[in-house]
Amino acid sequence: MSRWVSSLGLSLTIARVHLVSKPKQTIIAMLGVTFGIGMFIALIGLMTGLNDFTEEITMTSSPDIHIYNDITESRPSLLEMVNPQGLNVVHNQKPKNETAKLRGASRMLEVLRRDSRIYGVAPMITSQVFYNFGPTQLNGQIQGVEILEEDKLFDLKSKMKAGKLEDLLAFHEGIIMGSGLARKLNLAKGDRVVITTPQGFTRTLKVVGIFQIGIGAVDNVRSYANMSMVQTILQQDKSYVTDINIKLNNREMAQPIARELQANFVYKAEDWQTANATFITGNYIRNIITYAVSFTLLVVAGFGIYNILNMTIYNKMKDIAILKAMGFAGVDVRSIFMIQSLVIGLLGALLGITVGFVLSYLISKAPFNGGDVVSLDHFPVNFKLKYYITGIVFGLTTTAIAGYMPSRKAGRIDPIEILRGQ
Amino acid sequence: MTVLRTCGITKYFYDPEKFQVLKNISMEVQRGEFLSLVGKSGCGKSTLMYVLSTMDTDFEGELEIAGENLTRRSQNYLAAFRNRHIGFVFQFHYLLPEFTVLQNVMLPALKLGELSKAEIENRAIEKLQLLGMAEHARKKTNKLSGGQQQRVAIARALINNPDVLMGDEPTGNLDSHNSRIVFDIFRELTTVHKQTIIAVTHDEEFARQTDRVVEMSDGRIL
Repeated sequence: MSRWVSSLGLSLTIARVHLVSKPKQTIIAMLGVTFGIGMFIALIGLMTGLNDFTEEITMTSSPDIHIYNDITESRPSLLEMVNPQGLNVVHNQKPKNETAKLRGASRMLEVLRRDSRIYGVAPMITSQVFYNFGPTQLNGQIQGVEILEEDKLFDLKSKMKAGKLEDLLAFHEGIIMGSGLARKLNLAKGDRVVITTPQGFTRTLKVVGIFQIGIGAVDNVRSYANMSMVQTILQQDKSYVTDINIKLNNREMAQPIARELQANFVYKAEDWQTANATFITGNYIRNIITYAVSFTLLVVAGFGIYNILNMTIYNKMKDIAILKAMGFAGVDVRSIFMIQSLVIGLLGALLGITVGFVLSYLISKAPFNGGDVVSLDHFPVNFKLKYYITGIVFGLTTTAIAGYMPSRKAGRIDPIEILRGQ
Repeated sequence: MTVLRTCGITKYFYDPEKFQVLKNISMEVQRGEFLSLVGKSGCGKSTLMYVLSTMDTDFEGELEIAGENLTRRSQNYLAAFRNRHIGFVFQFHYLLPEFTVLQNVMLPALKLGELSKAEIENRAIEKLQLLGMAEHARKKTNKLSGGQQQRVAIARALINNPDVLMGDEPTGNLDSHNSRIVFDIFRELTTVHKQTIIAVTHDEEFARQTDRVVEMSDGRIL
């Protein structure tokens, strides 16, 4: 007989009997929740997987703080310097004629290298160049770098498709080219390429390596070369540096540190959040969409549970009345139906995360060609535990809310109305 | 010994319009008494019984059962009180269809929670024996005939040894043979087991054989 009344109480037993005696109804209510949670897990796994993937490649290829000479930055006009108290209007002010050079770069580097919050610093020269491809020219970018320092910041070694980073050190006139650019120019390792600077200076360089970061916007335009070589082709001296890239120990500190550096060095210091604002907003919007869709699915499941419980309670009016007559309080009756709804919710949610996991797994195995934009062959899918926990919490909350109203109604049924003959 | 006492119970119905259904009813019921409430349809006998049952709390006056004043008690308190002190038999059996006969009988005692499950089961079997239903204990209730179902309902009403057994037309839905059986059970309960019974009935023969007949008319006891 102990199998009849479980230790969890009479309400639980009655709830269980109700659920088991109408298996079809119970399963349908449960499947509503299962579908909602399963889709939530699969959607959020795919969405955040894509987000994390793009975030990772964006973050590894962009510095936490980027210091450069922003010549378009608005500056106080000459008039304001001369006449600071007056009402000055300078219409359509143009930038001064100056190069992108960071003055006192070596001193800045010294200061930055001593800063304990900073993980690594790499100076760099960036310039627009033309890559000559037979009679046509491709617009691109060349970065003069100390390749090993660059590697410390951006882990270039793991991005190499052909050749080695060290080859650039050994070969002064060498160039490491983005994979997309190399393909467009029909170049392989060991081939030569002619580049033209904006000043019209031409140089022939040898491709010693090919890298692929995974973002089309970088791989299709960028090449790395030795710093001194780029200084030479730009006809600049040894102190010519246009950019300083910084990686921090704690990336989240980028904004305040960037503000501080900008104040100290006068040059523009841009943190990664500002540089990647569109990307961060995109992530945020995708998350909102995912949660909205999942929420909608769960609300629909909630209505299903609401309906089924309402029907059950309608069918069980007489049972409820007699239970109340023989001494069950409103709260006992309410808990009978709340338990049913929570059991449906819990089982549905558990089944849902299983379905979600299977779906996620299948999606993660589905082939997907990212094309030139991102280098992907499968969908990146997140399997983080926290989404599975969120799924269960979501499912239980929805069913608790959906179950509460009918249960309260059941608890308030007036037994006399039903028991009084006819 | 007085088991139940009322003093000046008055009750109104408000729908569709104000109507006084019970008029200053004072009565006493002694322990072991077999009492029937009779009267024409609409005289208020059922209404009175539901006031006595503690399920209807919307009345004026005093109600006392087993020495306890039950006026102005909370619904939860009254539910627990019914569980302990009152047993019910209705015109229909109201057995829970998903449970067996034994489980149905055990239910109020499990709710009371004073005995172990084994003791409750023994007592339930005892009550079923008293009603001649012990051999059907493991059956589902819908496998029984109407008369048998009503006897199971009586066993359920008796499981917590209530001070009062209340019946609302307990034989109203039974044929004469089964009515006879139920009446004989009631008779035996009152004489042998000193069980107090209050039954609303419109069956004159049933009423005539009870210890006391309380006749009502227009909300008053005659």
